[in-house]
Amino acid sequence: MSDQLMNLVEATQYRDDIPSFDPGDTVSVHLRVIEGNKERIQQFKGTVISIRGGGNNRTFTVRKVSNGVGVERILPFNSPKIAKVEVLRKGRVRRAKLYYLRNLRGKAARIKEKMVDTTS
Amino acid sequence: MTSIFDANGTSIPCTVIEALPNVVTQIKTQDGSDGYDAVQLAAFDKKPKRTSRALQGHFERAGTTPKRVVKEFRGFALDVSLGDEVRVEDLFQEGEVVDVVGVSKGKGHQGVVKRHGFGGVGMRTHGQHNRQRAPGSIGQSSDPSRVFKGTRMAGRKGNDRVKVKNLRVVRILPDHNLILIRGAVPGAKNGIVEIYKKK
Repeated sequence: MSDQLMNLVEATQYRDDIPSFDPGDTVSVHLRVIEGNKERIQQFKGTVISIRGGGNNRTFTVRKVSNGVGVERILPFNSPKIAKVEVLRKGRVRRAKLYYLRNLRGKAARIKEKMVDTTS
Repeated sequence: MTSIFDANGTSIPCTVIEALPNVVTQIKTQDGSDGYDAVQLAAFDKKPKRTSRALQGHFERAGTTPKRVVKEFRGFALDVSLGDEVRVEDLFQEGEVVDVVGVSKGKGHQGVVKRHGFGGVGMRTHGQHNRQRAPGSIGQSSDPSRVFKGTRMAGRKGNDRVKVKNLRVVRILPDHNLILIRGAVPGAKNGIVEIYKKK
């Protein structure tokens, strides 16, 4: 009963324009940034290292290395601050959480590209 | 609890409360036999078979079916008459500040650290043995040679009437009789709460 009502409220928040992606994929997230009273789009390009939560609480973590410093952003799937998500590359990984990438750098932190069967 | 995004994209934690239309079952007035102004509201149907004759008559006078929950509110904001339905959108607006009253979750027998926020000892060495969460002294010696009434000790925690003040109404969904309130409210899931307008 209470869950039904919660789902009802959460359903008003869901976005269906976010493409599906998995940990290991390289994505470019277009974020709406408000500076003063101006709004502009900022891209954040990196590897998805984690997807967690459910319902309206579902988030994904994007990691990139910027000027030799690792930067991670945790973003809710349903956030209105996300203008667009582009999937640039599918990655072949064997686990759901790629936290081990934090300890790797350079060539070791690469992820193999996933070959997707497009014939069927 | 869940969360919703506001216009700026900020995630707001909120509690979803189902506010079904409440029926006015009695109006007490200063000049009448009750001697004070109040409005009695009732909600949630129950079987007439499980209602005493006296209460059956009480609900019949308001022209409604027997209800499970009956609460009285003094200083009611709306001008209502007997048998009226009070809906959530009539009473509250989005952005309004309210107080919410509920019965907190029962925690059973708990020690003083959890129940009264005592600090505990904070270390395991320096002669503590097994006394890390003990209350310490509960009074003096020969004078007064007794423990004062009301001294905070271990015991039943929770299951109390609790009022949480200054919560904001985030959203009202009249179609589903829902009200979303920022933050947490007292009580278990499916518990009954009273929402008061800020005076």
